[in-house]
Amino acid sequence: MDSLVFIQKQLLPALLEGTSVTVKLILLSIPFGLLTGIIVAVGRVYGNKTISMICRLYVLFFKGCPLLLLLFMIYFGLPPLGISFSPIAASVLGFVLCNGAYSSEYIRGAIQSVKVGQITAAEALGMTRLQGVLYIILPQAFRRALPGVGNEIIYLIKYSSLAYMITCIELTGAGKIVAARYFRFTETFIVIGIIYLILVTIATKLLNFAERKLYYPGMGPTSFKG
Amino acid sequence: MQAVIESFPYIISGMGVTLGLVGLALALGLMVGIPMAVGQVYGGKWTGKFIAFYVWIFRGLPNLVLLFLFYFGIFPLMGLNVSAFFIGALALGLRSAAYQTEIFRGAILSLGEGQMLAARSLGMSKNQAILNIMLPQALRIALPGWSNEYPILLTDSSVCYAIGVMEIMTRGNQMVTRTYQPMPIYFACALIFILMNYGGLSLFRAVEKRVHVPGFGSSDQS
Amino acid sequence: MTDSKYVLVVEDIHKSFGETEVLRGVSFQVAKGETLVFIGPSGTGKSTLLRCVNQLTVPDRGKVWLNGEEVVHSHGKINLYRQKMGMVFQNFYLFDHLTALGNVEISLLKVKKMNKKEAKEKAMHELERVGMVQKANFYPAELSGGQAQRVSIARALAMDPEVMLFDEPTSALDPELTGEVLDVMKNLARAGMTMLVVTHEMGFASSVANQILFMEDGAILERGTPEKIFYRPDFERTQKFLSKMTELYGDLGQKNG
Repeated sequence: MDSLVFIQKQLLPALLEGTSVTVKLILLSIPFGLLTGIIVAVGRVYGNKTISMICRLYVLFFKGCPLLLLLFMIYFGLPPLGISFSPIAASVLGFVLCNGAYSSEYIRGAIQSVKVGQITAAEALGMTRLQGVLYIILPQAFRRALPGVGNEIIYLIKYSSLAYMITCIELTGAGKIVAARYFRFTETFIVIGIIYLILVTIATKLLNFAERKLYYPGMGPTSFKG
Repeated sequence: MQAVIESFPYIISGMGVTLGLVGLALALGLMVGIPMAVGQVYGGKWTGKFIAFYVWIFRGLPNLVLLFLFYFGIFPLMGLNVSAFFIGALALGLRSAAYQTEIFRGAILSLGEGQMLAARSLGMSKNQAILNIMLPQALRIALPGWSNEYPILLTDSSVCYAIGVMEIMTRGNQMVTRTYQPMPIYFACALIFILMNYGGLSLFRAVEKRVHVPGFGSSDQS
Repeated sequence: MTDSKYVLVVEDIHKSFGETEVLRGVSFQVAKGETLVFIGPSGTGKSTLLRCVNQLTVPDRGKVWLNGEEVVHSHGKINLYRQKMGMVFQNFYLFDHLTALGNVEISLLKVKKMNKKEAKEKAMHELERVGMVQKANFYPAELSGGQAQRVSIARALAMDPEVMLFDEPTSALDPELTGEVLDVMKNLARAGMTMLVVTHEMGFASSVANQILFMEDGAILERGTPEKIFYRPDFERTQKFLSKMTELYGDLGQKNG
């Protein structure tokens, strides 16, 4: 069939490069987004008034501002002010800022759900505040936040497609180019959709695996059974 | 700077389009989501599987891909000449339906089977029980999670820029090309979105308060 | 001011929470190897007093000396002091995400900066002391109350403290589980640990306490040896409290004796 030949001969090879860019974007953004989320959450809960306020504003802004708009700001808005980013760098920066804001909310909720007694005991043993937060609170909070944070990571994979809008030729962008050249939009985007579904499914499985591995008895409700 | 300020009215008038997208998408999501949730909980095995498949697809696909698929692919293929606005609303709505299905399903399941048992023991049919007992409660429980769809759809509506819908982002970009001042204009757009976000949230909080039944569920899920 | 034969000197502690004055000028001294037991009606500030000793609660007035050095709530130094004072809480406060072994090890690794091998050895040694070696790899959620509390004692002991503070260690336990914890505490006392214990367990008090301090309304009403307090108290209120305890818990000498 015509479509299948197209898919095999022209589409898939062209999408290979795009997929690798997408994967690169994702792998760069996830760890930094997570780090940002943890820092902002900790700052909001344990910081002094100023730091806490800054973190609140950060979350307010980067949750309320659409990711696409943020990407435009970084890629088109900053150069006139003297700061230029490559499409990939701009994309990663945008993803990190945005993901960081959403993740921090989950982590913050998890931190606040850890029992007060935990840090009391830590202090009684002579740990500093920082040690208590680092070794006792965060390990517990992170595990509890994992379902929510994992969700945000899935979003990240999907929203990576927006990088195309600032000229980063990732999967979606590569697809559009090929589709336009051969005028086969439906097949192209169905295939692209399938690729994203595969990526998302892999990520979901990995996250479920992580949740299982990190589970400790008595942790509380989880998104898997037993 | 003058030019920037003069472009504001044009950009702000995009709010109507944005809200239109969000409203239609929420409505579509609701109309499709509730039946699907009910179908998953009370329907047969194959109904459940089919719905789960739908949810899996529409939660796994990026908005942009959906938009391109519909706008450049499916609709032209079927020879339908539909405006970008409605295609955008459709794509957003179908996606939202998938998430709303999960929200309502979770709410229905959280009621436990006691409610249904009691209703049936009083002689209600399955459908009567669902309509009169389960849904009224489930919808209240679902409200906090459901109102979360609003900010999500609000920020997602900006992606409709990619197919030329004249919402806030598209208009903003047009003004940028005219005034050559990207940052101020983008910043203004961001503020508009943030304010719309905040306004909507307050509205939903108020609604939550009004429909709250004492001692019911945990509406402190902020 | 400071007498070097006393491990702990507590002088004139005052603490108010809002309008209520919970501690009104409490003072006492503890010699090395002594076990002091605080008894009295609930809400008289006994727990608050213990927390003032290691500054988890900062007193409004008054001072504490550990081995001749004043315990000040300064940023860096307070942690050093806390390392020398072990505390056991009513609700154990075990770290949920760590196994029993992990709980005992963590402060050795992070606060005392031991290497992994040493920390594990020491931790296992302490767990053995409290009889919890079998459960070393179990999580707090998998332990009974008595077991959890024993692990928490091991955790505090691992730091080799100069003094151990017990804040109603058995009050949250089911009655049949208190015995195992009290036994550990008694062994500790007989081995020479300096201990401050807030408790309702009169049997424990009568068998190992060197001094019993009866507190009421935020002040020490009476203090003395167990014989004195239980059989010849000076104050009627002490007598009243004790007979109430006997009502609830049975004879002083016999229960958990």
